[in-house]
Amino acid sequence: MPEQNHPKISLLDVTFRYADETEALRKITLDIAPNQVYVLFGPSRSGKSTLLRLLNRLSDLTEGAQVSGRIALNGQDIFSPAVRVAALRRRVSMVFAIPTPLPGSIRENLTYGLRMAGATDPLMLEERIQQSLVQAALWDEVKDRLDHSAMALSGGQQQRLCIARSLALQPEVLLLDNPTSGLDPLSTATVEDSLYELKRSYTIIMVPHSVQQAGRVADRAAFMLDGELIEEGPRDRIFINPTHERTESYVTGRFG
Amino acid sequence: MTRQQAQKIAVSAITAAAGLVVLPIVLVIVYIIVMGAGAINWTFLTALPSEGMTEGGIMPAILGTVILTFGTAIVSIPLAIGAAVYLAEYAQDNWLTRAVRLAIVNLAGIPSIVYGLFGLGAFVLFLKLGTSIIAGSLTLGIMTLPVVISTSEEAILAVPQRFRMVSLSLGATKLQTIRHQVLPQALPGILTGMILGLSRAAGETATLLFTVAAFYLPRLPQSLFDQTMALPYHLYVIATQVPNMPLTIQYGTALILLLIVLSLTLVASVVRTRVRRRREW
Repeated sequence: MPEQNHPKISLLDVTFRYADETEALRKITLDIAPNQVYVLFGPSRSGKSTLLRLLNRLSDLTEGAQVSGRIALNGQDIFSPAVRVAALRRRVSMVFAIPTPLPGSIRENLTYGLRMAGATDPLMLEERIQQSLVQAALWDEVKDRLDHSAMALSGGQQQRLCIARSLALQPEVLLLDNPTSGLDPLSTATVEDSLYELKRSYTIIMVPHSVQQAGRVADRAAFMLDGELIEEGPRDRIFINPTHERTESYVTGRFG
Repeated sequence: MTRQQAQKIAVSAITAAAGLVVLPIVLVIVYIIVMGAGAINWTFLTALPSEGMTEGGIMPAILGTVILTFGTAIVSIPLAIGAAVYLAEYAQDNWLTRAVRLAIVNLAGIPSIVYGLFGLGAFVLFLKLGTSIIAGSLTLGIMTLPVVISTSEEAILAVPQRFRMVSLSLGATKLQTIRHQVLPQALPGILTGMILGLSRAAGETATLLFTVAAFYLPRLPQSLFDQTMALPYHLYVIATQVPNMPLTIQYGTALILLLIVLSLTLVASVVRTRVRRRREW
């Protein structure tokens, strides 16, 4: 069992600046405990996705950007020189808003990360394929056509494939950046339902599609505005009884 | 005149303009086939030239052109893909990038006769490679670089950014991402550029003049340091330098050259569509 007392991820005074000095995130301090769905919500341009991208250092790709403060995964600084960024991204895996299967078969998609990490054992790969598809609630739909192109799947299936593709790496943290943005209500429900099962094995940090979705799936939530963390706490307190006026006006739909 | 009529006339004019593009190509091909097809037989393709090139075949020239095309590919393709990957994926705005881009633009603008002189100075004389297949391949390879680099870079840049993001986020390194996502997806475009460059090299005459081509060499090259005949230069020679040259041999030679270049293009488009179909997007 993971130690419930220690945060999975902790941020201390994290500030993220673009090359032109604008601050996308200002002094964020936040602890995220393991095995829960942690939701980052707020209006667009509030810094949610930027924060998500920092956690597996996809932010490294933004040229000229600067990070200050400290982000730790299991207590270890993710920006320390000892951390190999490819390995970090296998431990903290991202699913993007637009479902993006890689060209190739379903099987190739699911094993991509493992193969890049040097895995070759066919038995292990097969096992991971099945495991991750079951976890992402896609196994029954695709088990007979693993060698078909991933591009031929429907949008909802593609997104669950992308989730499965991350899960195949057996990450510790799953980052979901608005994973239901392009999906119909039924597919959205399937993805949301799978989160209850997934959080038993993973820590999930998610930028939701809407406040309603945030309220449905969150264990804890953080409200962000203009790059700042306004407040965070257990779901019921944030959505029913928020401390800050701005959180309240946002969750009740008075601005957004 | 109503607007509908104006519309109709404009569309016809535009269609005619597009159609006219086809005309010269068809005319050239038909003319060369009509004039040259009579010369083509087994001896013409496989025999050495004889009687001051007025009899026999053009086999050494065909073989020379094929060898030179391969040589060009071996010289230019690795360099060009390396440079294209650098420019598209790694280049930052610094002096090296600017120098590389400037060099490519300038390489593309140099007349081929100047490449020939450069090849003579650099490879034939300075590196003491002599007038040889290797000197010719190096010269043609450098001449081909700009078009292969430019088309490859475009093809690489056309690969959507999200595939790179996904690959990286699954723990692939940048090099793995380039190797397993970017290059395979850019392959159809890269192939197009390669073939464009190679077919230009296959038809090149002026560059060969000083670096490799033999005026008349009725035997096959024995090593990379030998001279060789080549179709374009041979065509030039028999069309202008040899008295009493039968016309059919001239047009037959032109036809073979045309077939080689066209079949290169054909191979490229077949490969391209097949790769694209396999990738399914």
